[in-house]
Amino acid sequence: MNGAHDLGGMHGMGAIEIENPEPVFHGEWEKRVLALVLASGALGKWNIDKSRYFREKMPGPEYLNTSYYEHWLFGLEGLLEDSGLVSADEIDARMILRTSPTLPLPEPIEPVKPEQVSAVLKKGGPANMNDDCEKRFKTGDRVRVINRNPVGHIRAPRYTRGRTGTVVMEHGAFVFPDRNAATSEKVACQLYNVRFEGRDLWGDDMDYDPVYVDLFDNYLEPPS
Amino acid sequence: MGHDHDHSHLSDVQLRVRALESLMVEKGLVDSDALNVFIDTYETKVGPRNGAAVVAKAWTDPEYKAWLMKDATAAIDSLGYKGRQGEHMVVVENTPDVHNVVVCTLCSCYPWPTLGLPPVWYKSAAYRSRVVIDPRGVLAEFGTVLPESQEIRVWDSTAEIRYLVLPMRPAGTEHMTADELALLVHRDAMIGVKEVASPEQGDTP
Repeated sequence: MNGAHDLGGMHGMGAIEIENPEPVFHGEWEKRVLALVLASGALGKWNIDKSRYFREKMPGPEYLNTSYYEHWLFGLEGLLEDSGLVSADEIDARMILRTSPTLPLPEPIEPVKPEQVSAVLKKGGPANMNDDCEKRFKTGDRVRVINRNPVGHIRAPRYTRGRTGTVVMEHGAFVFPDRNAATSEKVACQLYNVRFEGRDLWGDDMDYDPVYVDLFDNYLEPPS
Repeated sequence: MGHDHDHSHLSDVQLRVRALESLMVEKGLVDSDALNVFIDTYETKVGPRNGAAVVAKAWTDPEYKAWLMKDATAAIDSLGYKGRQGEHMVVVENTPDVHNVVVCTLCSCYPWPTLGLPPVWYKSAAYRSRVVIDPRGVLAEFGTVLPESQEIRVWDSTAEIRYLVLPMRPAGTEHMTADELALLVHRDAMIGVKEVASPEQGDTP
């Protein structure tokens, strides 16, 4: 989706605020959000692409006016509601009354135990796939990013669409995020790293430096 | 943006998080003690010291460096750093001709096992929007001014590959051990917004 999250190349987002030294967290609530996201993510009710998509769905003006952990909170609430685990109404009620009633879960759930945390994090969520999917391009090939503007999840940034670059790395087959976000179906797609010359992205009025972007085979076409 | 919210907004968020956590614990979706282990992991155990150890080893062990450049995931795993948000690693090397800097314009992808959680500026709209179109301007804000002859390569981590920058080893460190070198390597140099300063230039944080 062409959301506020797709920030590459925009102007007017202000100065970069560098804190020195910077604490890992700014407040207890940020820690809680991180932990809730990691612990509930490990339940397997959704995947990383879907969780990114649910953060992207935050309305643009709100996205730009809130912090990272607020994006995470928004996304988590959406995922919990979507999975039937916690509804927005339940949260609203709990904010007013400590003993507010809860709705039953759709099925029994086994939460991550303290002794399992380390293994959960070490395992992570590898996204590479062994499937022998079609590899249309190779290192050195010129490729153009297709011009598509889906309302769903897509990992080809807007600033690359319609632009031509050169394949510099072949990463192999990975889970195609667009489909994974929409249906949780794991479809293999070749992933490449593509080098774009600065002038091909931003014009020739200045000397722009090159940008390297990881792009899926489905996003690319041979240049005409 | 970032952390400078007005008080009422922030207290509203705090209340909402507290309400959500109490519901999730009560419903058995999460275990309270496990939440604390997740937090402690990223607050005290996983951070940029891990990445610094990788860099220092690469600077002092040519065989390790060759492995790191060829298969970063395995080479980093061999030092004990692996897992969530570091499942697929690629290391990009700075040279006198090339300087690398990493961003995620679409969210805030970052190599957690080697660098820990990303700083607020890395996740900010200001950094994510500008570094792809004006990396020299962004680096200058971090006090990093590079010669025009040095190409800046911006890596936008749009998929599940996570990039770690291998900075140049500073002059005057030939006598130093890997452990001593690791102390010179700070997080910002492994994102690519700074270089590693020589010891006589003082320790930049």
